[in-house]
Amino acid sequence: MYKILKTRLLKKVMTRSLKPGQTSALESAGLELKKEIRRKFGRSLHIREVDTGSCGACESEIIAANNPIYDIQRFGINFVASPRHADALMVTGPLSKNMEIALKKTYEAMPEPKFVITVGDCALDGGLFKGSYYIDKKINEVVPVVLHIPGCPPSPSTIIQALLDFMKK
Amino acid sequence: MPGAELINIINKKLPDFKVVAVTRPYPDELVIQVKAEDFKKVCLAVHEHLSSSVMSFFAVDDRQQQGKFILYCYFINVPLHQWVAVRLDISPADPYFEAISKDIYSAHLFEREIWEMFGLEPKGNPDLRRLRLHDEVWPVGNYPLRKDFQTVTEGEKKDYKFTRVEGEGIFEVPVGPVHAGIIGPGHFRFSVAGEPIINLEARLGFTHRGVEKLFEGKSLPAGLQLAECISGESAFAHSLAFCQAAEKIAGITVDKKTAYWRSILLEVERMYNHVNDIGGIALDVGFSFPAALAAIIKESILQANEKLTGNRYLKGVNKLGGISLKMDQSRHEELTTSLGRIREDFAVLVNILEESVSFMDRVDGTGTLKKEIAEDLGVLGLAGRASGIPIDLRKIFPGVYQEAGIKIITAQTGDVLARLKVRIEEFAESGRLTAEFLSKISTAETTGSKSGPAVDGALGYSEGWRGPVLYWLKTGTEGLIERCKIVDPSFHNWPGLSYAVLGEIIPDFPLCNKSFDLSYSGSDL
Repeated sequence: MYKILKTRLLKKVMTRSLKPGQTSALESAGLELKKEIRRKFGRSLHIREVDTGSCGACESEIIAANNPIYDIQRFGINFVASPRHADALMVTGPLSKNMEIALKKTYEAMPEPKFVITVGDCALDGGLFKGSYYIDKKINEVVPVVLHIPGCPPSPSTIIQALLDFMKK
Repeated sequence: MPGAELINIINKKLPDFKVVAVTRPYPDELVIQVKAEDFKKVCLAVHEHLSSSVMSFFAVDDRQQQGKFILYCYFINVPLHQWVAVRLDISPADPYFEAISKDIYSAHLFEREIWEMFGLEPKGNPDLRRLRLHDEVWPVGNYPLRKDFQTVTEGEKKDYKFTRVEGEGIFEVPVGPVHAGIIGPGHFRFSVAGEPIINLEARLGFTHRGVEKLFEGKSLPAGLQLAECISGESAFAHSLAFCQAAEKIAGITVDKKTAYWRSILLEVERMYNHVNDIGGIALDVGFSFPAALAAIIKESILQANEKLTGNRYLKGVNKLGGISLKMDQSRHEELTTSLGRIREDFAVLVNILEESVSFMDRVDGTGTLKKEIAEDLGVLGLAGRASGIPIDLRKIFPGVYQEAGIKIITAQTGDVLARLKVRIEEFAESGRLTAEFLSKISTAETTGSKSGPAVDGALGYSEGWRGPVLYWLKTGTEGLIERCKIVDPSFHNWPGLSYAVLGEIIPDFPLCNKSFDLSYSGSDL
């Protein structure tokens, strides 16, 4: 316990100890996002993530957006364990044939109102995997996508910023 | 004749055996070509003599040029620092071979893969269910890795049959493919008697993207780009293995400075992933403070990666014959200081974990994978070393690791604690190696050498953070890729997880799973 307290005190608040310029931009973006989410979805936005064939890098960056440095939760965005709890579905990767049914079912299990976000270049049109015998549909041909966040993979701050720009619309 | 010693040993075991041809296309590869009736016996003899599990086993469709399919089964000869492949040519008229998996279990998944992708039947393999082409969406009789495969033709679709455990009070718990966390998809079918798990069948392949086919017809630089997207958090190990295979074919030996940088980046990739998993293990038992600290350490390594290479996951760094990194003195020092700070933070993290009695109690003795089972299954890499299998390609094919005196870290118990400890010690060792390489790099030579290009397929390999990543590559006359066989260590290790959880309760599954942390996409391809 003593070690934990000591480390906690020495480390201070990690979330703010990014480079000053970057932090303020990220923070103000995040705070605006929080306002938008509050206006549209009551208090918070709950997201369910589904990987339909991703290499894992996009997952890693989405997880990083939840780490103490970016801490997307402080802006009212939570990643949830069940589609039943979700307002939005975040899809990564090209759409492997094997995941088509699972993606549909996950979307159907979500309550209204709901929307779909795709993350990473592969999720737009298959990316590098386009033309494969096992990728024949795009994600937006199976579920309605309203926002795409490009990148290979997009960085955590790109993800936060893109969510903000979208919510402002 | 190359490999005469090994042939003699095989001949002692099999007096009637006559080898078709033995070649040594590269100094570190020996290829023994055999006749169909000898294939199984020779594989078994090599397997026993070298005490090596099957490292890679695949087919090549060479019907257009040579009118046949070719099978290669790769083993590793640790004392001679050499790969040993047993080669069998198969006529398209008789598309089958004698299965070896009844005697060498580590060949089992490879045989199923050859069957579903090429339609070459491993006769005698009792389980020919498909791994990646799911029965519900892919009609039977379509073999996508055959060269003449164009589009899928309609045919019969079936349901997948799980192994059933029957008896009073036994019930099944299906989990996935979509899981509760931010993680890849896979289906786990638990058979449970009361609380303890008595069988776990993992059905994978959900992220199958047909990547081996996509490589075909690509140029080497385009192939390299694809190799970086096979398993995202292992991008550097994959690009390195791909580059090595391509460089062997092109006859390029990289200069020492490049070799140092590649080793540094390989170790940095190991470090961010090991700390991520240590945090993950803490998180899965509900110990959130060290999990948060580990996430901070991982993030600082990713940021250091970005500063150094322009990419957080080290994509786009490896080039054929070199590395695209314009390194000046200031960045070099920056990396040294940030790694120093990272190592200090890591020491605090380890200390917090080790001092928590309840945490240590939770991981001690959980998810045990015994050495004998691990050996039979062909478990490799980190999970293998935690079960007492001392195989590490950095030691067997050392290169610049030789002078740094790399230490192989093993444990004997094979439980979550063992895998945690191996990670902790490997992180420290990687930190030491990185610092040592960085101190030598400024004086390293910058000239490599080039000999004539080769025509044979070549095996490239690197010891990624999960274990050995293997790329077997063959190019055609115009330098375009004809066949690329990838083996991610996850493919070897998923069966290990199914054994490690036996007797544990389902709530311990996430903990066991995280302690292996295998790649879905690397295994599904």
